[in-house]
Amino acid sequence: MLKFILVKLAQLIPTFIGVTIVAFSFIRLLPGDPIILLAGERGISPERYAQLSAELGFDRPLVVQYWDFLSGLLQGDLGTSLVTHTRVVDEFFSRFPATVELSLVALLIAVIIGLPAGVIAATRRGSWIDHGVMGVSLTGYSMPIFWWGLLAIMLFSSTLGWTPVSGRISYLYFVDSVTGFLTIDTLLAGNWDAFWSALHHLILPAIVLGTIPMAVIARQTRSSMLEVQGEDYVRTARAKGLSNFRVVMVHTLRNALITVVTVIGLQVGLLLSGAILTETIFSWPGIGKWMVDAITRRDYAAVQGALVLIALIIMLINLLVDIAYGVINPRIRH
Amino acid sequence: MSITSSHAAPGTLRFQLAEFWAYFSANRGALTGLLFVSAMLIIAVLAPLFAPHDPAIQNRAAFLIPPVWHAEGTWNYILGTDAVGRDILSRLIYGARYSLSVGALVVLLSMTVGIFLGLLAGYFRGWIETLITRVMDVVLSFPSLLLALGLVTVLSPGLTSAMIAIAVVQLPYFVRLTRAAVISEKDREYVTASRLAGAGHGRLMFNTLLPNCMAPLIVQATLSFSTAILDIAALGFLGMGVQPPTPEWGAMLANAREFMGSAYWVVTFPGLVILSTVLMINLMGDGLRDALDPKMKRS
Repeated sequence: MLKFILVKLAQLIPTFIGVTIVAFSFIRLLPGDPIILLAGERGISPERYAQLSAELGFDRPLVVQYWDFLSGLLQGDLGTSLVTHTRVVDEFFSRFPATVELSLVALLIAVIIGLPAGVIAATRRGSWIDHGVMGVSLTGYSMPIFWWGLLAIMLFSSTLGWTPVSGRISYLYFVDSVTGFLTIDTLLAGNWDAFWSALHHLILPAIVLGTIPMAVIARQTRSSMLEVQGEDYVRTARAKGLSNFRVVMVHTLRNALITVVTVIGLQVGLLLSGAILTETIFSWPGIGKWMVDAITRRDYAAVQGALVLIALIIMLINLLVDIAYGVINPRIRH
Repeated sequence: MSITSSHAAPGTLRFQLAEFWAYFSANRGALTGLLFVSAMLIIAVLAPLFAPHDPAIQNRAAFLIPPVWHAEGTWNYILGTDAVGRDILSRLIYGARYSLSVGALVVLLSMTVGIFLGLLAGYFRGWIETLITRVMDVVLSFPSLLLALGLVTVLSPGLTSAMIAIAVVQLPYFVRLTRAAVISEKDREYVTASRLAGAGHGRLMFNTLLPNCMAPLIVQATLSFSTAILDIAALGFLGMGVQPPTPEWGAMLANAREFMGSAYWVVTFPGLVILSTVLMINLMGDGLRDALDPKMKRS
């Protein structure tokens, strides 16, 4: 098992180097000189240009610049934002919990609804329930979530007034950051009103973000269940006279879950893509919104750093999924 | 399942097509999808015939007119007008041109490049395979929309850059599928026979192997087609895709955002059109997969 993990880790290294090259080239491939772009419409004097160029290291050979970038990265330094002049790492990790909280709740909603829906559809194959579940999940799977978010705001926030339109928590509350997850921090502070406010802000964007993963999980659960249902051991279990519930839950679902777990793990990249849109629509102060802002403000240092960090996180999560898959299913370790 | 048009001999292309059609047309969802997408294509091509108004003309006397079923609505603007008095229906009809052609071009571009790279990787193996798969792993390490956003910024926002960006993001799926299919087909007898008969690398790759690897690629192409339509709309919505005043569906939504409290129709209809187009293409894709998947057919 250890060997399996080490091999997987070693395979990540070239990919990670590729990721750093992409992120590094990003800033250099841009049309126009980043320093002139940074100076904006006021223009820049030649002396100031030389000074900035030296400060940002653009006057040195590319290889040296890349080496500095890489060694900075290994020491946890991704440079400073060109706009806010704070460290990119700090900016990233101050917003990261907001995105994680949103994504986790979205994934939770997706699993809680998607998994049982898939199981029910598979056990009632061909019935109207099956067609209904599959129809809804195909619709969810095809959903342009930026539009879905706007519709949700229009209905639940503007018309019904059930949930707030944007943000993470009401301005009335201030809670010390312990975990960075507002729902947990407010509970730790024992402030119930603040907790309800945070939950109120969280629920709508989480449902919107969870829609596509929910659809994917329902579809995958159904098809894995159908595949496993035809296996010999399921027939044996039925022949032994086990109850239908036991056959479905223990013998079928447990084996079908192997592929479902993998699919859930692979939703992470999708969730982050979705977070970019969801956070923009709901003004959720997370990584996605920050990236879009950084791109529109042409804050290339921030974009470069965030690209590396996000790719690293996705790679590590995929590694964990691989390892989990190896644990559940020993056959693939060899 | 019996094949109705059995006058073609088994193994011929005509027989395979007939068999495929028998499975595909038995799937009502897939047929609905096919009809819908064909209708959309016709509407897009003949947009000037179907659109009641010029999509760019701003009628100063008709700002935010509601759809026809409202008391203030008029038959002149069936789905209402937007904030500068343009006919929404006409803009949606013209918008189909952008979404469908972008989708088609993205699929064409990433499928061609992806098949080529996948064939190289699966056929030659060795360092060339390692290089290609590693590069694709790098592309897959970024959230697709984020990478597309980054690429569009580098290439400067617009239709062409958005298309290239989305094609790049879709590329790994075609490469992986082609490579996997080539690896599993490569050691079959017919390939060996062809090689012994003196076929060169190019002939083996493109004439012998590729036609036998097409089934999963066709399914992936429909998936990519719908994803591309969603992505181009998302980029347009974020202001990084097709630039206003072009009547692109996503860009229409971005412009409509500030009116969603007062004029639901400017927000509702573009999204509804995106959703139904993507949904119908996916229905068609599901049907294609079932009809082309030999495992499901024989069971």
